[in-house]
Amino acid sequence: MTSQVSSPAEQADEAVVGEQRKPAAGEKDVRRLDRVIIRFAGDSGDGMQLTGDRFTSETASFGNDLSTLPNFPAEIRAPAGTLPGVSSFQLHFADHDILTPGDAPNVLVAMNPAALKANIGDVPRGAEVIVNTDEFTKRAMQKVGYETSPLEDGSLDGFQVHPVPLTTLTVEALKEFDLSRKDAGRSKNMFALGLLSWMYHRPTEGTERFLKTKFAKKPDIAAANIAAFRAGWNFGETTEDFAVSYEVAPAAKAFPTGTYRNISGNLALSYGLIAASRQADLPLYLGSYPITPASDILHELSKHKNFGVRTFQAEDEIAGIGAALGAAFGGSLAVTTTSGPGVALKSETIGLAVSLELPLLIIDIQRGGPSTGLPTKTEQADLLQAMFGRNGEAPVPIVAPRTPADCFDAALEAARIAVTYRTPVFLLSDGYLANGSEPWRIPEVDQLPDLRVQFASGTNHTLDDGTEVFWPYLRDPQTLARPWAIPGTPGLEHRIGGIEKQDGTGNISYDPANHDFMVRTRQAKVDGIEVPDLEVDDADGEADLLVLGWGSTYGPITAAVRRLRAAGQSVAQAHLRHLNPFPRNLGEVLKRYDKVVIPEMNLGQLATLIRAEYLVDAVSYNQVNGMPFKAEQLATALKEAIDG
Amino acid sequence: MADTTLAGPTGSETLLKLVPKAEGKQSMKDFKSDQEVRWCPGCGDYAVLAAVQGFMPELGLAKENIVFVSGIGCSSRFPYYMNTYGMHSIHGRAPAIATGLASSRRDLSVWVVTGDGDALSIGGNHLIHALRRNVNLKILLFNNRIYGLTKGQYSPTSEVGKITKSTPMGSLDAPFNPVSLAIGAEASFVARTVDSDRKHLTDVLRQAADHPGTALVEIYQNCNIFNDGAFEVLKDKQQAEEAVIRLEHGAPIRFGTDGSKGVVRDSLTGDLKVVAVTEENQSQILVHDAHAASPTTAFALSRLADPDTLHHTPIGVFRSTERPVYDTLMADQLDTAIEQHGKGDLAALLAGGDTWTVVG
Repeated sequence: MTSQVSSPAEQADEAVVGEQRKPAAGEKDVRRLDRVIIRFAGDSGDGMQLTGDRFTSETASFGNDLSTLPNFPAEIRAPAGTLPGVSSFQLHFADHDILTPGDAPNVLVAMNPAALKANIGDVPRGAEVIVNTDEFTKRAMQKVGYETSPLEDGSLDGFQVHPVPLTTLTVEALKEFDLSRKDAGRSKNMFALGLLSWMYHRPTEGTERFLKTKFAKKPDIAAANIAAFRAGWNFGETTEDFAVSYEVAPAAKAFPTGTYRNISGNLALSYGLIAASRQADLPLYLGSYPITPASDILHELSKHKNFGVRTFQAEDEIAGIGAALGAAFGGSLAVTTTSGPGVALKSETIGLAVSLELPLLIIDIQRGGPSTGLPTKTEQADLLQAMFGRNGEAPVPIVAPRTPADCFDAALEAARIAVTYRTPVFLLSDGYLANGSEPWRIPEVDQLPDLRVQFASGTNHTLDDGTEVFWPYLRDPQTLARPWAIPGTPGLEHRIGGIEKQDGTGNISYDPANHDFMVRTRQAKVDGIEVPDLEVDDADGEADLLVLGWGSTYGPITAAVRRLRAAGQSVAQAHLRHLNPFPRNLGEVLKRYDKVVIPEMNLGQLATLIRAEYLVDAVSYNQVNGMPFKAEQLATALKEAIDG
Repeated sequence: MADTTLAGPTGSETLLKLVPKAEGKQSMKDFKSDQEVRWCPGCGDYAVLAAVQGFMPELGLAKENIVFVSGIGCSSRFPYYMNTYGMHSIHGRAPAIATGLASSRRDLSVWVVTGDGDALSIGGNHLIHALRRNVNLKILLFNNRIYGLTKGQYSPTSEVGKITKSTPMGSLDAPFNPVSLAIGAEASFVARTVDSDRKHLTDVLRQAADHPGTALVEIYQNCNIFNDGAFEVLKDKQQAEEAVIRLEHGAPIRFGTDGSKGVVRDSLTGDLKVVAVTEENQSQILVHDAHAASPTTAFALSRLADPDTLHHTPIGVFRSTERPVYDTLMADQLDTAIEQHGKGDLAALLAGGDTWTVVG
């Protein structure tokens, strides 16, 4: 590592340290660790995501804090054994609260040469590397450019390599089953999971239960997978190659009292939408078109029709948001889910929603761009698209979740703004939040915010001649929201459209002064949205540098700030939930600090907004490699900013 | 006499019964909004508006439960003039927006007003998908074979070789036949009518309104500014007799002076053709069956017209068949989900399966 930071605390965070427990006679060593980072890596078809998910579930139910980073190619089955086909799943778990999936794995499980080659660069010397030797054939190694076997040529010296013939052992363990060698070999991921479960003292009941349910219709396959899983566990217990196992105690102190579960960002977001629908007492309507990495929300919501949830898989992105807008006109809590390319297609309809002033949630699970970009990788480069990507002056509020579990609260907040102010609202999540997971304290349903709204039910204006009429664009003086008068309400028949409307009546108007007024009013409505003040974490009050972030960079930024503080540095941190409008106190917060650093997974989009809005010479720190920041790298950059 | 009521096969689902009825008697005036109508004087849209406003009281639905959704184009100003709920949306997207509204609110009667450019060019995708889904929408497609609002470019229904501002040497692309397109897109109800024939227009509207599912009504509409007289051959009394084929369910397809011409099936090709009716072939004249399960004959009828001269243009209901309606199926799934799993319990959902508890 190249960090200038080198306090004991920092080192403690970097290396896996632990106390050794004296084994009883005949027992293997058990070491206690405070945290571990494991990466499972294999071919796209090796089931690495499933293996990671299962290890995560075991870890969650054990009570560790955890954070995950699935990383997979866009191709469903890239050519086997190639570098582009490598799929991995990294899991960081600890006996204390943690914020990121971890920078560097302590353990790499490499199911084939491609997985080893693609991942070994991230693994620090001294770490454990478990390789499936069965796959290290001459041909497989040549395919990824290994001239000689890395298992034999000394290139892995310095790592603790465990060569394990995973496939052979799995096939051997399943010989009682009536399976071909190929089919039996498929369970090698469960063998690996069993081995790792033994190494880290994970509970196993959950995985066995999961396999029985998953293969309920194929009991033989369920039994074979369970047998492979148990064989992996037993292999760890008996083989001498694995002399030590590790304990990572539950993170009891890290968590406030409550009931917890593990949850991914897209699942939390889906639940947040269902919760918002219940709290608003409005039926949920999702109009959507499949797109990575947002489709999981469509899948999830379509499972919950008994909550009155309607999901409409449209013919394209435009129809997805169009149907949602139509449902919003009819009084539904309307949502469309997509990613950056889909937002581009939806732009015109978002503009219409701005003009119609109807509530609509636009969920953008950002991915690498431009164009098709990197469908399965993360990025934060849609901020300016969300902010400005429409013709005319078309302001749209923007909220962003900061962690996977926070997607639940962000969905409720986006819904609050939409229904209160009768406006489309952007929720900017990203691929990292969507697929990553962490423990979530399950909220009490009766503590959720009340989002109920009043539909217009009667006339709201008296004409000079005394006639009582309904004016669809007569605004609430506080919120500037217009009435939400849904079809079926007698006496409130009215017409709305994308042509400029006269203030009040909503009739078509090309009057210059009226247009000027309406443009400014729509902007004022969004500017006036009540959002909480920005909280600054400035532990000792002596910081000169503020690090400001938004969205999924929260974990790495916070981890980096912790490292700096542990090294005796003063640094202040603030993280934006609301990108439009900004919190009222943001300008004042920014002026309190000599330096403002804004790390983003784009080329400085928030920094651009901040500089334009507040004339602050904010420093942008950027990474656009499809992966989240590493805490160490950020700490180094921040340290340089402090010293610079 | 022919059966013109087209009540539909027995057991037909009357989705209209889900829409609340008006309390008192309605008149045409109830459906006129206070907005000044701003189409060009002489535009065919006026006639269609009057016919729709005149027909609505007959439907007798609560007007607050009627919604007109439109896209962009001359015809798409229509909702502003109807004293119902309405949305003038964006170009081509009305079927998508109306799908969301209709599928979330089955107590509404949802109408889409669109034009040949709006529905068949920029919005072609939404139109065909609404038709195949069979959403409970009534789509009025005003076809004037020209772009009016943008001042006279050729449209996807213009005849080949059309000289317009954007095609000074003549347009190159073959036109869509909207009726053929709709039948090809699995439409369950397809009709064609003419703006100037109020009685026929109203009769078609009546049948469309009664149809469960998507009804596509192509209305030949004159743009007297940019494409005047496009349908004159169908309107001029003398010419029309030879040019127009009036389809009536259950009646032999005959037209011309004293029904002197008729449509028969060519026994060799299976296709339809026009013949002079004689004593000998009289029994072979095709009897129109709008309820036929197969769309084959309806499609063949839609191909009879000459796209350039419009000779042998059938008008009336080509196809009116029953099949499951999207909104109904969607609502049924919600009911089924509740039957199977009970009404959603948020606390149980959030808790999920694998939880652990931290005690202080």
